[in-house]
Amino acid sequence: MNGKSELYVSSRAIGLLALLIIILPIFANSNYVIRIAALVWIMGLAAVGLHILMGLAGQISLGHAGFFGIGAYASAVLPARYGVPVPLAIFAGIAASSLVAYLVGKPILRLKGHYLAIATLGFSLLVGLAITSEVSLTGGPDGMDVERLSLGGFVIEAPMIWYWISGILLIGGTAIAVVLRDSPTGRALRAILDSEIAAASMGVDVARRKLQAFVIASVYAAVAGSALALMNGFITPDVAGFMVSVEFVAMVVIGGTATPFGALIGAALLTTLPQLLASFSDYQDIVVGLIIMLSMIFLRQGIVPALGQLFRRKSR
Amino acid sequence: MSTVLEVRNLSITFGGVVAVDDVSFDAPRGEILSIIGPNGAGKTTLFNMVSGLYKPRTGTVLMDGENVSGLSPFKLARKGLSRTFQNLQVFPQQTVLDNVMVGRARWETTSLVQDLLHLPAVARQNQASRAHALSALERTGLASHAHTIAGGLSYGVLKRLEIARAIASEPRVLLLDEPAAGCNAVETEEIETMLRGLAGDVSIVLIEHDMKMVMRLSHQVLVLNQGRILARGKPDEIRSNPEVIAAYLGTHAKEVEDASN
Repeated sequence: MNGKSELYVSSRAIGLLALLIIILPIFANSNYVIRIAALVWIMGLAAVGLHILMGLAGQISLGHAGFFGIGAYASAVLPARYGVPVPLAIFAGIAASSLVAYLVGKPILRLKGHYLAIATLGFSLLVGLAITSEVSLTGGPDGMDVERLSLGGFVIEAPMIWYWISGILLIGGTAIAVVLRDSPTGRALRAILDSEIAAASMGVDVARRKLQAFVIASVYAAVAGSALALMNGFITPDVAGFMVSVEFVAMVVIGGTATPFGALIGAALLTTLPQLLASFSDYQDIVVGLIIMLSMIFLRQGIVPALGQLFRRKSR
Repeated sequence: MSTVLEVRNLSITFGGVVAVDDVSFDAPRGEILSIIGPNGAGKTTLFNMVSGLYKPRTGTVLMDGENVSGLSPFKLARKGLSRTFQNLQVFPQQTVLDNVMVGRARWETTSLVQDLLHLPAVARQNQASRAHALSALERTGLASHAHTIAGGLSYGVLKRLEIARAIASEPRVLLLDEPAAGCNAVETEEIETMLRGLAGDVSIVLIEHDMKMVMRLSHQVLVLNQGRILARGKPDEIRSNPEVIAAYLGTHAKEVEDASN
C-alpha cells in the first residue's frame, strides 16, 4: 500500500501496456483491427490527460473535447489554408490549446463541482460553434481533408505506422501521469482533491495548481486530437462535440479515476464497444449507455480499482 | 524571548454582529499561549482571521515583525504559519505518510516540468520530504500508521495526524484548534506530552476546552468572552480571576480544582 510499491506496480503496468502494444500486431494484423487499436491508444491518451485533472486534482471538465478539437483542427487548418508545415501545425495546436486552457481556466477553475462542469461545457460548445461556423477555414459541418504528415519525403499514412506513433505517445503520456502522481505537484493536486482548505493551509497554491492540471490535460487532448486528424486524413466538428466530452469523462470514471490505467480501460471499452456492436447499430447507444450505468452501480470506484481489490483478496 | 506572532486590534463582524472585537496578543517563540472561553466566544473566528481564511474588518497581524495582514492562507502557510482544524481537515483517501508529506509543500522547490519528466531533482526532493514526514510521524507516535489510508483511522489518531502534518511544515507559528477535543483520557495525555516536546523554536497558540491540559501546558492564557478579551495572564492568575470564574470557569471549576491539586 505504500507510495514506493504503488509506483512499482504502476511501472510494471506500463511495462505490460508496452508489451501489449508490441505483441498485438502479431496476433491481429488486419488493417481494421490495427486502426481501431490506434484509435484506442489515441482516445486513451486524451483520457489519461483528463485523469490528471479529474483523478489527481478532482476537477471535472466537460470541455475536454474542446481541446481535442483545437489540436485536431490546428493540424488540419494551418497546413491546408496557410501552408504551414504539418509538424509545425501540431506544435501550434498544442500551444494554442494550452494558451486557451490557461485563459479559460484562470476564471472558471474558481468554480466547483456542477458549476465547473457547466462552465467547461459552455467552453466546449463555443469551440464546436466556432469550428462549425468558420466554413471557409474548417469546411463547416461537412468537415475537411487533412494533409498527411510527411517526414523527409516519406508520407505517414499507413495504419500500422499510426499504430506505432500513437502507441509510443500513449506509453509516454501514461508514464508522465504515473511519475507526476509521486512528485511535489502530484501531492499538491491530490491534496486539493481531498480538501482544498487543508491543502491551502499547508502552503499549496490551490488556484495555480488547478490551472497547471487544466493546462496539462489540454496538452494531452491537443496531442491526441492532432494524432486523430492526421491518422484519419479527414476531420469533422464532431471531434469537438459535447458527446465526445461526455465520453472522455465516462472513460475516466468507468475505468476508475484513481489511476491512469483506469482511463485507459475506459477508453478501450468505449472505443471498441461501438465497433463490436456495429451490426446492431440501432441498439448500439442503448448497450453502451447500459454498460456505463451498470459499471457505475456495481463498480462505483471504477473497473481497475475493483479488479485490484479482487486480486488482492485472492492473493491472500 | 522574541515575539514571533503579534496580533493587533483584530475585529470582525458577521451581518452586524461583532464576533471578535479589538483583540490583541503576542505569542513568543518557544512558548504556548492558550485561548480559552465559552462556545461562541470567537476563538476559532480569531484563528480563521490570523490564518487568512477570514478578512478582518480592522487590525494587523505581524510575523517576526513583518506585516502579513490580508495574505491568503497559502501565502501565510508558505511564510511558516501552520494550523490544525477543529473539524478535522485531513486527506482521507491518502496514506498517513502522504498526508504528512503535503506539509512539506512550502519547502519543495522542483518545477512543474521537472515533476512531469521525473528528473533526478524530483527523486531527491521526494526522498527529503519523505524523511521529514517520517520524522514528524516518529515525533507524534504515528510511525506505525505511516502506510495506512487515513480515512479509516480513529478520531484521536487523525487529530495527531493533523499535528504531524503541521510539524512537518516546520512552522514558526503553530495554531492548534482543540487538538484534544473528542479524544479519550489516554489520547489527551499523549497529545499533551507531544505539545510539551514541540514548543522549542515554534510559538504555539492553542484553543482548548480541556482545562487541566491548558493549565498545565500554557505559559500564558487569554480568556475570550463574547468576542472580547476578558482576562490574560499566567495560568495561576487566570484560575483565581473572579471574572473568569463567573463567565467561564464556573462550569469548569471542578476540573480546575483537580488540575491545581
